[in-house]
Amino acid sequence: MYSVALKMLTGDRLKYFGLIAGIAFAAMLIVQQASILVGLTRQTGAFIRDTAQADLWVMDPQVRFSQDQVPLRSTVLQRVRGTDGVDWAVPLYQGFNRGHMPDGTSFTLILVGIDDATMIGAPPQMELGKFADLRRDKAIFIDGDTAATKLMMKRGGGRAIRLGDRFTINDQEVVATGAYRGRESFFWEPVIYTTYSRALTLSSSDHNTMSFVLVKIRPGQDIRAVQKNLVDRTGLKVLTNDQFIDVTADYILKATGILVNFGLAVILGVVIGSLVAGQTFYNFTLDNLRHYGALKAMGVSDGTLARMVWLQAGTVAVLGYGIGVGMGSIIGWGLRAGGLAFSMPWQIPAFAFASIISVCALAAWLSLRRVFKLEPAVVFRG
Amino acid sequence: MNSAATSAPVTSAPITSAPITSAPTTSATKTLSAISCRRLSKVYGASETAVHALRGIDLDIPLGGLSMLVGPSGCGKTTLISVLAGILDKTAGDCVVLGQDMGNLSAPQKTRWRRDQVGFVFQSFHLMPTLTAVENAAIPLLIQGVGRSKALAGAAAMLNRVGLGHRLSSLPGELSGGQQQRVAIARALVHSPRLVVCDEPTSALDHETGQQIMLLLREVANEGDRALVVVTHDSRIFEYADLIAQMDDGRVTEIRQGIAAAAPGPL
Repeated sequence: MYSVALKMLTGDRLKYFGLIAGIAFAAMLIVQQASILVGLTRQTGAFIRDTAQADLWVMDPQVRFSQDQVPLRSTVLQRVRGTDGVDWAVPLYQGFNRGHMPDGTSFTLILVGIDDATMIGAPPQMELGKFADLRRDKAIFIDGDTAATKLMMKRGGGRAIRLGDRFTINDQEVVATGAYRGRESFFWEPVIYTTYSRALTLSSSDHNTMSFVLVKIRPGQDIRAVQKNLVDRTGLKVLTNDQFIDVTADYILKATGILVNFGLAVILGVVIGSLVAGQTFYNFTLDNLRHYGALKAMGVSDGTLARMVWLQAGTVAVLGYGIGVGMGSIIGWGLRAGGLAFSMPWQIPAFAFASIISVCALAAWLSLRRVFKLEPAVVFRG
Repeated sequence: MNSAATSAPVTSAPITSAPITSAPTTSATKTLSAISCRRLSKVYGASETAVHALRGIDLDIPLGGLSMLVGPSGCGKTTLISVLAGILDKTAGDCVVLGQDMGNLSAPQKTRWRRDQVGFVFQSFHLMPTLTAVENAAIPLLIQGVGRSKALAGAAAMLNRVGLGHRLSSLPGELSGGQQQRVAIARALVHSPRLVVCDEPTSALDHETGQQIMLLLREVANEGDRALVVVTHDSRIFEYADLIAQMDDGRVTEIRQGIAAAAPGPL
């Protein structure tokens, strides 16, 4: 009878494709919105991931996210270095500053100053030039991937900043001596790297300009224990990379309303998709109710009818899910090149699968209630 | 019913018209009964809203013939055929069909009994529009668990027998009304049931096609160890019946046999 069930399902092409399209749309909506939310969430931690050489970040207790500017006293560095379990500790400057391009275009940038001696805190990969170039006079590194959009001169032909170009940060001249490849960031402002000492010079403030202390723990040391030692000794906030990523994402998602907006979109995707898919399948079963009645009259048991309906629901669920996730992935990855924050860990397709299966199971169950209640004598009513 | 009444349409058989009072005709009880009902009743609903669809039916239908249940709308024909076919439960009385007391069967047992013993021909055919003629006709065998290829072969043979061997792969929508009813008849017979119930098998067809369908059903009835019960109000097909049970207001008011069934009379 399973072949009959599948023929019932696939025989009417229009209904069949409509059913699958409804479920595919639901799956696509769920996957896309959830993937964009995850993509945005991941982008909030881009700077921390790019600075992953350290184990711990020491910061002012008021810091709420990675780009928050609450400076530390310079004496903190020595106290951190003197803490049990610390292998090394280096300062890191990070702050929003004002720049002017050669054509006079004004822009806001995030300036990152990394330790002069060790270069710890540098971006993970260089696209053009080498790390040592940062020690040259007035040297800064720009993001090679985003320069075309974030460091575009609006006047005089409109070209992007490139290696060798000179421009100013807080009215002090700098030279682009290298281009790095960084992760896609949640923040629009271009991230420009230089040495810590130069960053202090370039930044407008002349004291208490250290944003973070990056800490590496000694081999064999327990990171939690060192973390606690640092908190006890400095009274500051000390976070691991993962903790800092979570804290940053949590703050930004809540503060900006992204979580509410995209969470709502995901919920709407599930609800609307569920209604579309569920209603379509329910209608499909109702359309076939008289045939189920005839089958009941001819001696098909309720159990067999239930398995037939489950088979139909499972078939459209799996096909619709596959097409929806496939389309969502293609569109998402396609638009990623255009800057769409799209990240699809396995949990999203799994969540979408569970949602679609649940919806179809619910629709099948509701349909089955009608089928079970159906009196086979209905077939004699013309 | 006597053996002469099983060959139809009967043109020379004696006319026997007997209004039913309390017991069924004795001639019917002399042969092997396919169906035997005593004081059979069916009530829908309860108390003030109760509808008495069957009011103490006494009826015997023999094996090896074509019997008709006739009467005006709402007289209980459909309810009676539903009870006889095991798809409705009786409220009271006795109903033995093919030797099986229907009151003793649980719902799952009734389902299995219908699967194995009953063939259905519906007024509106109830063919699956997305299945081909041969697939539709194979459904009872598939329900019984027969393998698909074997079921399709059996269905093809049956369709060939009802004159549709050349339309095996046609969808119902591609067939005429008469052809669709032939597919339905093939479906009703493919698993060799001993009881075939037909609900208004000609009402959706024109007169000529209806006559062809009745000839086909008549042939089936002539084969012997099987009972055909036809619900109809189409007096033009009464001539094909071996026995006609006239119903009114939930009761069998008269039973006619043989050629008498074709006569308009008091029906």
